[in-house]
Amino acid sequence: MSELASTREAYGKTLVELGGQYPHLVVLDADLSQSTMTHYFAKHFPDRFFNCGVAEQNMMGIAAGLASSGKIVFASTFAVFATARCFDQLRMSIAQPSLNVKVVATHGGLSVGADGFSHQAIEDVSLACSLPGFTVVVPADAAEAERVVRLAAETHGPFYIRLSRPVTPQVPHNGQGFVLGRATTLQDGSDVTIITNGLMVTRALAAAETLSGQGIECRVLNMATIKPMDEEAVRLAAKETGAIVTVEEHLQQGGMGSRVAQLVVEHHPVPMAFVTVRDVYTHSGTPDELLQEHGLTSSGIEKAVWTVLRKKRS
Amino acid sequence: MSDEKEISEQTGTSAVVNHAESSVMGFTDKDCPSLKELKKTAMTVRRHIINMIAEAESGHPGGSLSAVEIVSSLYFKVLRHRPLEPGWPDRDRFILSKGHAAPLLYAVLAESGYLPVEELATLRKFGSRLQGHTDSTRLPGVECSSGSLGQGLSFGIGVALAGRLNNKDYRVFVLMGGGECDEGQVWEAAMAAAHYGLDNLVGVIDHNELQIDGLNREIMNIEPLADKWRAFGWEVVEIDGHDFVQILDAFENAKQTKGQPTMVIARTVKGKGVSFMENRVEFHGKAPNRDQAAKALEELDREAKCLN
Repeated sequence: MSELASTREAYGKTLVELGGQYPHLVVLDADLSQSTMTHYFAKHFPDRFFNCGVAEQNMMGIAAGLASSGKIVFASTFAVFATARCFDQLRMSIAQPSLNVKVVATHGGLSVGADGFSHQAIEDVSLACSLPGFTVVVPADAAEAERVVRLAAETHGPFYIRLSRPVTPQVPHNGQGFVLGRATTLQDGSDVTIITNGLMVTRALAAAETLSGQGIECRVLNMATIKPMDEEAVRLAAKETGAIVTVEEHLQQGGMGSRVAQLVVEHHPVPMAFVTVRDVYTHSGTPDELLQEHGLTSSGIEKAVWTVLRKKRS
Repeated sequence: MSDEKEISEQTGTSAVVNHAESSVMGFTDKDCPSLKELKKTAMTVRRHIINMIAEAESGHPGGSLSAVEIVSSLYFKVLRHRPLEPGWPDRDRFILSKGHAAPLLYAVLAESGYLPVEELATLRKFGSRLQGHTDSTRLPGVECSSGSLGQGLSFGIGVALAGRLNNKDYRVFVLMGGGECDEGQVWEAAMAAAHYGLDNLVGVIDHNELQIDGLNREIMNIEPLADKWRAFGWEVVEIDGHDFVQILDAFENAKQTKGQPTMVIARTVKGKGVSFMENRVEFHGKAPNRDQAAKALEELDREAKCLN
C-alpha cells in the first residue's frame, strides 16, 4: 500500500485539469467547496464556478439548466444532501431528460464519523441507483477517483459519483485501467468471491490475505460501477467460485450487494452473504469505531466468507 | 447534448410542419401581429385548450386558461424563436414551470408551427408527444420537463447563466403559478437569480389566487408577493395578466432593466374566458364534460365574433 490520499482531494485536483481541457465544463457547489474540494476549480476558473449557497435543490435545477444549454456540469455537496435532499430535482430535472450532470458527492457512508447520523449517507447509492439512466460509481482510491471523474466528463449523461471523507491507501493494480461498467479483479481465487467497492476494498483485501493463510483462496472484485453493473463478472464469480460475499459502506437494501444478488438469482444462484450497514440510523464516533460496530471490518468479512463456504459445502 | 446536436435531432421530427399554414391568421413570426390578432389568437388557443382537455377527459383547464394572454404574447410577439428549428442556439427560452398548464403550451406551440394543430387531440393519450405534464424528451419546443412544482425557475437560472457564459443575448422566461410560490425551491432560486444579477431572466407569476384546495390566502398566504420579490432583489412589475398592452409593456420594461432579474406578477382569473370556470377551483384539474365543453366553445365563439 502506498501513500494515503482522499478520493475527494483527487476529484478537486482532477477538476482543475478538466477545466483546462473542456471550456464548457462548469462546477457548482452548495457552500461546501472547502470540503468537496471544488475550491481548487473555483480558484482557477472563477467564471465557471457557481456557489449556490446552502440550497441543494436549487443547485440541481441550475445544473439541469446549464446542462440543457450544452454545458458539462459537475455539482457537488455531501452525499446525504446530494441525494435525499434533492431527490425530486434529480428525478425530474436531471434523470428523466438524461442531462449531462455529474453529481459528485463527498462524505459518503459511515466513515464521515463524528458528525453523526445526519451527515452519514447510508441510503445514497440506493436512491441514485433507483433513477433510470444514472450511472453510479463508488471509487476506492485516489487513482480510481481521478479516472472515474475523467470518464464522467467525457461520457454524456447523468452520473452519481460517491466519494469519501477519509484518506485511503492506493490499492495496488487499481484505478488506472478502470473501465466504466467493468469490475476490476484485484486478486483471483476459486473458493469464494468478495465483491466490494469504496473504502471497503482495502478491508476486503486484508480479509482475503488472512483467509489465504487458512487455505481459502478468494477472488476479490472491486465493483466500483454499481450501475450499470458488470453482469459478466458477477455471473463468472457465481459460476466459478460458487459463493459470494458483498461488502459495502451502505445499507443492504438497494445497495451494491442487493444488485449483485439480483444478477446472481437471475444467472446462477449460489450462497451469498452481505456485509453492510445494519438497518438502523447510526451515531457519532470515529470511522473505525462505526465501521466496527457494523462488522465492516476484515474480521467481519472473514466471518461472512466462512458462512457462505459452509453453505456452499453443505 | 450540445445545442448543435439538439437542432439536428429536433428539426428531423418537426420538418413536416409548415409554420405559415398552421397559423390561423396566416402570420409568421416575422410579421408582428396586431393587438386584435393577438386577441383572436388567444380565443383560438382557449378553444384548443377546451377541446384538448375535453377529448382527453382529464387535464387542467383553470390554470391553462388563466395564462393564455401571457404565453400568447410571448410566442407571437416577444420571443425570438424559429418553430422549424426548435433547438436554434440563439432562441429565447420559454420555461413552463407550472407544468399542469401543458395544454396551453401545446396549443401555443401548435399555433406557432412547432406541431400540427391536429396533434393537439392526442393530449394525454398513450404514445402521444403531448404528455399530461410537459416532457422535454418527447416534443421539440418544450424546454424542460415539469409537473413537480417549484423547479422551473432554478432551471431557468441555469439556462440564463449558460447564455451569459456563451456570450449569447437570448432571454429566458419562466412561467410559474401563484400556488407554486409555496415551494421553498422557488425562494432559493429567487435569491440566486438576484445574486447572480441575471437581467436576461424574466419570471412571470400567473397569479390567479387559487390553488387546488382553495384560495391562496386561505391555504397558504403568499402575500405580499410583490414585496417579497422586491426584497429578494428583483425588479417587480404588477399587471393585469389578461391585458396584452400591459403584458407587452412589462416584457419591454424587463428588457430595459439591467443588473437584476424581473418578476412580472400577472393578476389573472383562473378559468378565464369560460363563465362557469372563472374563479372556480374545481376546474383546476377537472375536464369539462361534453355539454360543458360545448357551452364553453359557444361562449368563446361569441367572444371571438365580437372581435371582428
